[in-house]
Amino acid sequence: MLSIKNLHASVEGKEILKGINLEIKAGEVHAIMGPNGSGKSTLSQVLAGNDAFEVTSGEVTLNGDNLLDLETEERAREGIFLAFQYPVEIPGVSNLQFLRTAVNAMRKHRGEEEMNAAEFMKLAKEVSKQVDLDPAFLKRGVNEGFSGGEKKRNEIMQALLLQPKLAILDETDSGLDIDALQVVSNGVNALRAEDRAILMVTHYQRLLNHIVPDYVHVLAGGRIVKSGGRELALELEEKGYGWLGIKDEDTSN
Amino acid sequence: MATTDKEVKELIKREYEHGFVTEIESDTFEPGLNEDVIRRLSEIKQEPEFMLEWRLKAYRRWLEMDEPEWAHVDFPKVDYDAISYYSAPKKKEDMPQSLDDVDPELLRTYEKLGIPLHERAKLAGVAVDAVFDSVSVATTFKEPLEKAGVIFCPISEAVQKYPELVKKYLGSVVPAGDNYFAALNSAVFSDGSFVYIPKGVRCPMELSTYFRINAANTGQFERTLIIAEEGSYVSYLEGCTAPMRDENQLHAAVVELVALDDAQIKYSTVQNWYPGDENGKGGIYNFVTKRGACIGKNSKISWTQVETGSAITWKYPSCVLRGENSVGEFYSVALTHNYQQADTGTKMIHLGKNTRSTIISKGISAGRSSNAYRGLVKFGPGAEGARNFTQCDSLLIGDRCGAHTFPYIESKNKSAIVEHEATTSKVSDEQMFLCRQRGIDPEQAVSMIVNGFCKEVFKELPMEFAVEAGKLLEVSLEGSVG
Repeated sequence: MLSIKNLHASVEGKEILKGINLEIKAGEVHAIMGPNGSGKSTLSQVLAGNDAFEVTSGEVTLNGDNLLDLETEERAREGIFLAFQYPVEIPGVSNLQFLRTAVNAMRKHRGEEEMNAAEFMKLAKEVSKQVDLDPAFLKRGVNEGFSGGEKKRNEIMQALLLQPKLAILDETDSGLDIDALQVVSNGVNALRAEDRAILMVTHYQRLLNHIVPDYVHVLAGGRIVKSGGRELALELEEKGYGWLGIKDEDTSN
Repeated sequence: MATTDKEVKELIKREYEHGFVTEIESDTFEPGLNEDVIRRLSEIKQEPEFMLEWRLKAYRRWLEMDEPEWAHVDFPKVDYDAISYYSAPKKKEDMPQSLDDVDPELLRTYEKLGIPLHERAKLAGVAVDAVFDSVSVATTFKEPLEKAGVIFCPISEAVQKYPELVKKYLGSVVPAGDNYFAALNSAVFSDGSFVYIPKGVRCPMELSTYFRINAANTGQFERTLIIAEEGSYVSYLEGCTAPMRDENQLHAAVVELVALDDAQIKYSTVQNWYPGDENGKGGIYNFVTKRGACIGKNSKISWTQVETGSAITWKYPSCVLRGENSVGEFYSVALTHNYQQADTGTKMIHLGKNTRSTIISKGISAGRSSNAYRGLVKFGPGAEGARNFTQCDSLLIGDRCGAHTFPYIESKNKSAIVEHEATTSKVSDEQMFLCRQRGIDPEQAVSMIVNGFCKEVFKELPMEFAVEAGKLLEVSLEGSVG
């Protein structure tokens, strides 16, 4: 489904990704682990098409089509979803309006009828229960005054609503207490499907106890230095990144 | 990034929606202004003597005045002798007696504008007084209003039919010599609306006026006077459009509101005069004086405005809070794009005890435009226990536009309380990325973010206007990204 070949990317002239190679097939769940500053978040942002990052070489295809030629919104409509690490607030725009606009943009792209407010309200209420959010929060401004946990649950709810082909979860576990982690993980597990791939970016292995990946990759210095199965994450937890000869630049996180 | 091709398409798309010219025969004065022009105007209008005198007095004052230069706007001097001060659609027979008599071409114009003049008016429950260039063309819903005792008619008609009311209140809130443009308007105003709500009456429907400048090289100087007697209520809406022309056109209106004891006036404006093209050519100079007087105790005047049009806007809808416990409100959204300039805000003059005022101003700047909020909050010596709350927010789109805030506070009473909050923010790259990552078009994203920013003001608008205002923002913002 997703194929990344020798991907190099930089921000403000500084090279962060130094040749990433990765193949993800439909139905698979991949976890990318690595110390801070290794390029994990950059990879998610680059795949989603954030203009702040410049792809200097390499190629990325989604089901054979060149992803890098597409605008951010076009990638989204082709099924790329990014759950943000720090979702931004949009004051005054209700969550409901924002979500309906997004869902309808996708439906329009697929040549489907747009959903009216009543239909969408019904759907949104159902989905919000899946991530244990009070439907009342749908009326609040996008991420406005949301707690850290609410923001993360809101991101997963969006993934459930938009039904992407590839869901990229950027540090979805950060800042969550154990109960919230469970709720979010249930949401992500609900996303798992034959025709969908999930790419999880995380610093810690604890998330992987809840969402069990098929493959684990270790990213360091802008390259994937080791790949393996589920057991690689456990080994990392036990031995630390130092075991692979990598310095964890910041362990305070 | 947008390709050249896409940019070209964007420009074509961003055409002013109401920029058509209506081909109708019209009677238009030769350009230029002198006492004879005013006499002719007064004669055509069959005005009583007092009105002509009033106009001439205003004209003489105007001659002695200078154009104000303090506003944060920049434009070449207006040549007042190049403007025609009267233009009226030529009537086929005589005055139109009903809608059926109105030039069908004109009615089609209104249809294009989406004014609910005919059946649509009934559905919307809106009574419309449509002012086309200088004369009122048709006022719908006269009958049900008359039943309620409400007078809603062209001001030229009121001058003849209700001279006592006009004499008593015209110029009582905005005196002829108040400022340069008000003086000019007092001398040459050609039409506008007159509203009188009798004691204890709640006006049975929203009243509405639609203004449109059509003829080239004409100025539009309409005059609106609304009087709400004791315990009455009225909600009034005004909308404005003009055709696209390369020359700038002058619009200098005056609106006066009078609220007596326990009366309430809600005045909403959606202003969409032609803003000029993307290079700043053409567009309306919108130099308007709007002021309401809360004369009676417990009275309330509320201004809500959505300003997206005009090349230059110079406008400060104000409240003079004379009556005890009277309330003034100002809710404003002003959007500027391309080379538009806006200097707009309000004045809240607290004179009576326990008077209260609220100011919520939202300025949005895009392109190379300049958007200034200018507001005065003043407490007189008798304004015991008076309070004001002001919130002024600016939103910038792109990095070539400007936002300015000029708040003035003058207090002669120690017990008065003022609160002022101001913020400036940008439509951030992060917000745009979030929206686009969810499949939303950049233009739709900007429009959604801006709408959210304006929410507090939009919720003050009557329902059908709120929808129009949202759409208007969307159209006005086209081409602001990419």
